Amino acid sequence: MVPLSWYLAVSALLFTIGAVGVFIKRNAIAIFLCIELMLNAVNLTLVSLSGFFGDVGGQLFVFIVMTVAAAEAAVGLAIIISIFRNRESLNVDEVDTLKL
Amino acid sequence: MEKASTIIFIVFAAAAVLSALNILLQRNPLYSALSLIVTLLSLSALYLTLHAEFIAVIQIVVYAGAIMVLFIFVIMLLNVPAVQPQIEKQKGLRYLAIPFAGILIAETFYVVLSIGKRTMPSVPVGTEAQAVGTTWSIGTSLFTDYLLPFEVTSVLILMAVVGAMVLARREGD
Amino acid sequence: MTNILVEWVIKTVVILLILVTAVAYLTFLERKVMGWIQLRVGPNRVGPLGLLQPLADGLKMIFKEDIIPSQSNKWLYILAPALSLVPALMTFIVIPYGSEITLFGRTIELHVTRMNVGLLYIFALTSVGVYGIVLAGWSSNNKYSLMGGLRSSAQMISYELALGLSIVSVLLYSGSLDLVEIVNKQGGWLGHTGWNVFRFPLMFVFIIFYIASLAETNRTPFDLPEADSELVAGYHTEYSSMKFVMFQMAEYLNLITSSSIATALFLGGWNGPFVGRLPILGPVYFAIKALALIVTAMWIRYTVPRFRYDQLMRFGWTTMLPIAIINIIITATVILLFP
Repeated sequence: MVPLSWYLAVSALLFTIGAVGVFIKRNAIAIFLCIELMLNAVNLTLVSLSGFFGDVGGQLFVFIVMTVAAAEAAVGLAIIISIFRNRESLNVDEVDTLKL
Repeated sequence: MEKASTIIFIVFAAAAVLSALNILLQRNPLYSALSLIVTLLSLSALYLTLHAEFIAVIQIVVYAGAIMVLFIFVIMLLNVPAVQPQIEKQKGLRYLAIPFAGILIAETFYVVLSIGKRTMPSVPVGTEAQAVGTTWSIGTSLFTDYLLPFEVTSVLILMAVVGAMVLARREGD
Repeated sequence: MTNILVEWVIKTVVILLILVTAVAYLTFLERKVMGWIQLRVGPNRVGPLGLLQPLADGLKMIFKEDIIPSQSNKWLYILAPALSLVPALMTFIVIPYGSEITLFGRTIELHVTRMNVGLLYIFALTSVGVYGIVLAGWSSNNKYSLMGGLRSSAQMISYELALGLSIVSVLLYSGSLDLVEIVNKQGGWLGHTGWNVFRFPLMFVFIIFYIASLAETNRTPFDLPEADSELVAGYHTEYSSMKFVMFQMAEYLNLITSSSIATALFLGGWNGPFVGRLPILGPVYFAIKALALIVTAMWIRYTVPRFRYDQLMRFGWTTMLPIAIINIIITATVILLFP
């Protein structure tokens, strides 16, 4: 049987890869994809703990996290589309007109 | 039998981690999105090893089948060129990323693995997990104990639909 | 353990063989039905009564030149037909074809696997099948393919909603996502009174499901994104030879899948007269019912004109979706009032 720490290790790895992706990528959509990856890593933690403790609350939380991720993806992509319409580029380094 | 489940776990965990790395390494956002789809499918297989069958199938239907389709539509409609002109404000930061990533991985591993060893022995996934992962158990707790989060989630989705439509509208529509 | 594995492998191979033959002969059946509706004889030259026509078509397709457009994205171009075909094939392992037969001293249940979440599994595969079309449209490096691919996949994900919600009404009656359970509950007097179509709100739900599945599989009247005279054949414009054959196979397989699911959910699956005594009649009844639904789809194809794309999307979102939701409410009320 696969011990719990292996699942948690995979989840930690995925979360770290997502976090690094958010820092080093400059394309807005790629940053968004890395955020979704982080959410999935947390989902894996929740489901594995739910399985090992026999508690349904973990899987329920995952259900709600997925719903929230869907809502966030829809609104975020709408924002990205309007930014793209205004400045023809998805480079987040260029979206800095509010900076001092 | 034990060997088989270990091999399945290793195969799908490796697929998840490698395709997650591929997201970072690709320049074209469409290939990153396709790698994320592979990650999502491997995670779904990992959920199946934990007997969480409802969440595994819902992950494919919602995440890989709807959210990622949305991402791919946006990428194709915006038709972003793969390599954009680089205006790197601070060039050296990108090379600092790798050692900091290494430190972050070491920290998370330390925390996660020490929790696993100290608080409880690794209890094998058994019949409790099988009873918990069914649609029936999630459905009953969703509509009895956790009814309020369910209703709040439906309002949240309504907000997201209205918000997305308003934000993505062209001027003068 | 090995016994079970061998059983699975044999069942899967048998189903695969039957499906591939069925797809080939469905192309022939379609042309025959088209001919009869248009008051002419279909193909009847090759072989007796034209029965070897699929063989001739297959040989022709194999000998065509296999083109890969030079500016296209090669790996995605080759992957897309497979992404369309494989999910269509994978749905057949959860559909029950019969109850149980006894062969060589073993009791064999006539379904490949039995999943607790069988219906959701079919949904998952339908959702993954959208990717084949989207990637085919994009990787061909052709404006018409891209527009056709995006339109087709937008249509598919819109009608998935009506499809899923119409299934919820059936689930309220049967109480389980397992297709084997759902079919087992539809027995009745002489095997045909317990069918789900004969229960009160479900007869309308069947019509909604059927229309939604026609839209899902890109059949007329919803086939604007891929029809030959619109958008230069849509997402499979640039495909030739075996990859085009894979797309056509995927389309016919999707048609067989949705007809089989409609049979299992609404028409009682393998139930029929005297099926308890002669279990071998189970698959026969199943095949007859599925075939009836397939021929009806072909009949509709050659009778009804095509929807325009915006009419199609408006129909899906403003008509089908509310009717499916209202049906769920009515079904739930009926179950509460008359248990």
